Amino acid sequence: MKLAESLLKSPGTPMFNIEQIRSDFPILKLKINGKPLVYFDNAASSQMPQSVIDRMIRYQTTQHANINRAVHYLSETATEEYEKSRNKLKCFINASEDREVIFTSGTTEAINLVAHGYGRKFISSGDEIILTTLEHHSNIVPWQMLAEEKGARIRVVPINNAGELLIDEYEQLFNKHTKFVGITHVSNALGTINPIKQMIEFAHARNVPVLVDGAQAAPHMKIDVQDLDCDFYAFSGHKLCGPTGIGILYGKAFLLEHMQPFKGGGDMIASVTFEKTTYNTIPHKFEAGTPPIAAAIGFGAAIDYLSEIDMSVIEAHEHDLIDYATEKISLIPGLRIIGDATKKVAVLSFAIDKIHPHDIGTLLNQEGIAVRTGHHCAQPVMRHFKVPATTRASFSFYNSMSEIDALISAIQKVQKIFS
Amino acid sequence: MMNTKSLYQEVVLDHNRNPRNYGSLDNANRSADGHNPLCGDHLNIKINLSKGYINDISFQGESCAICKASASMMTAKVKGKTQEEAETLIQEFREMTIGKLELDSNHHLGHLTVFSGVRDLPTRVKCAILPWHTLHAALNSVATVSTEAGNDPMHVSIGNA
Repeated sequence: MKLAESLLKSPGTPMFNIEQIRSDFPILKLKINGKPLVYFDNAASSQMPQSVIDRMIRYQTTQHANINRAVHYLSETATEEYEKSRNKLKCFINASEDREVIFTSGTTEAINLVAHGYGRKFISSGDEIILTTLEHHSNIVPWQMLAEEKGARIRVVPINNAGELLIDEYEQLFNKHTKFVGITHVSNALGTINPIKQMIEFAHARNVPVLVDGAQAAPHMKIDVQDLDCDFYAFSGHKLCGPTGIGILYGKAFLLEHMQPFKGGGDMIASVTFEKTTYNTIPHKFEAGTPPIAAAIGFGAAIDYLSEIDMSVIEAHEHDLIDYATEKISLIPGLRIIGDATKKVAVLSFAIDKIHPHDIGTLLNQEGIAVRTGHHCAQPVMRHFKVPATTRASFSFYNSMSEIDALISAIQKVQKIFS
Repeated sequence: MMNTKSLYQEVVLDHNRNPRNYGSLDNANRSADGHNPLCGDHLNIKINLSKGYINDISFQGESCAICKASASMMTAKVKGKTQEEAETLIQEFREMTIGKLELDSNHHLGHLTVFSGVRDLPTRVKCAILPWHTLHAALNSVATVSTEAGNDPMHVSIGNA
């Protein structure tokens, strides 16, 4: 089979051995309902390689204490390892300084941090915030809450029937009231890759800062925040082979310095009296309280793992996966792919005539296949395509062509049951 | 682990393909809309209730196969029954889907026990229960119900208004 062979050695990229990669992930050996697990719910959360699991155990077994506090050995070690993780993240996204990387509980908290820290300070009545139809609810609701509080207005960039943003319409939304732009880098429901660099450039020419929701982009491609010139970039550890409960907000240092703190508490202060508190410098100003230290260190180990494979190799393999899956699935009668943007990551959302996604999801599970069914926390997208829900298969670099074959035959089996 | 195939039995697939009592009802004097915002399922139930008897009943809407088959079999089951008998069935059906009903006990569900498998699929319980939740609302002149928040049938007692 030509495609499978080309997989093993994509031109211009180092050798990619899928079986070796798969053996790094203990969970992939599971059987579900007597069938080998086929995990296609990576856009919701990815799986963890043994090296990340081991790193967290090693931290908890030999290095744990609270950070930034005591002078004893363990506290110093934990602080050092936590800060090493911050540096790994900084290198991973090519930020210019470590202090531009804020640890958060995930993408959602990162966006809320900006809505509060930047939005509540700098956005006021009559101002406008531009979002897009492709946003996950987590990049809609914080801005709606802010708009309601301040009397600001949300403007929304529409999409075409391929699931791509209408850039002309985006540009026309700008006016003298525009104060902020929030865009997702990649649509979680459809996989569309948005032309964010171009959109950021347009906003900056009008002095408008831009937050990019990178939750669905960072797992699939090399991110360079300096090249993108975004003001904020947010993503979660658990979609990048790391643990849950950790993520980052990248922010340009001068913006972070001018923002108000999000949460009050220990670590984020320089001095406290009952008359006045002076805040700590960034990033600590935004990291009140004891963070999930083991998760942050695990996140760092996940970054090491991904960097060793190389994001460009991951991207190439995933490209082959989505091409193969799209080609095969398009041949199934009565199946419609939702979202066929020219540029997309390895996400396949689809609807099948007369079969509800929840029935598909339950029956695929019977075959050991994990997919997501529902509105994917992106109801505006569902409304555009006039479907209540879709079935979404989202791939990761540890998925194989034969797993896609298993999905195709399972879908055909579901259609047979309902015929 | 439960076998999903036992849930998608021929009787369920048949009611999904050819739902009974599907459509509107001209002489309805009770109506309610049920909605599951998590999956977008929604259905409307209309009843002609007279002297405590469900003389006629219909449903329509868009939903998964489990919900549609449950609605179809429910309407067939309660047609001609008294309101009190219907309320007993609602209560028994609900208890069955959350695993609180002994299947060999003295209940009135008959073929409806085909849905007992959903008790092992927590994410699908609401699909099966939505029609019953909506029927209860219609019988008690409540116009709209949802499976979420304060109206979650998993947390609100239904069957005994």
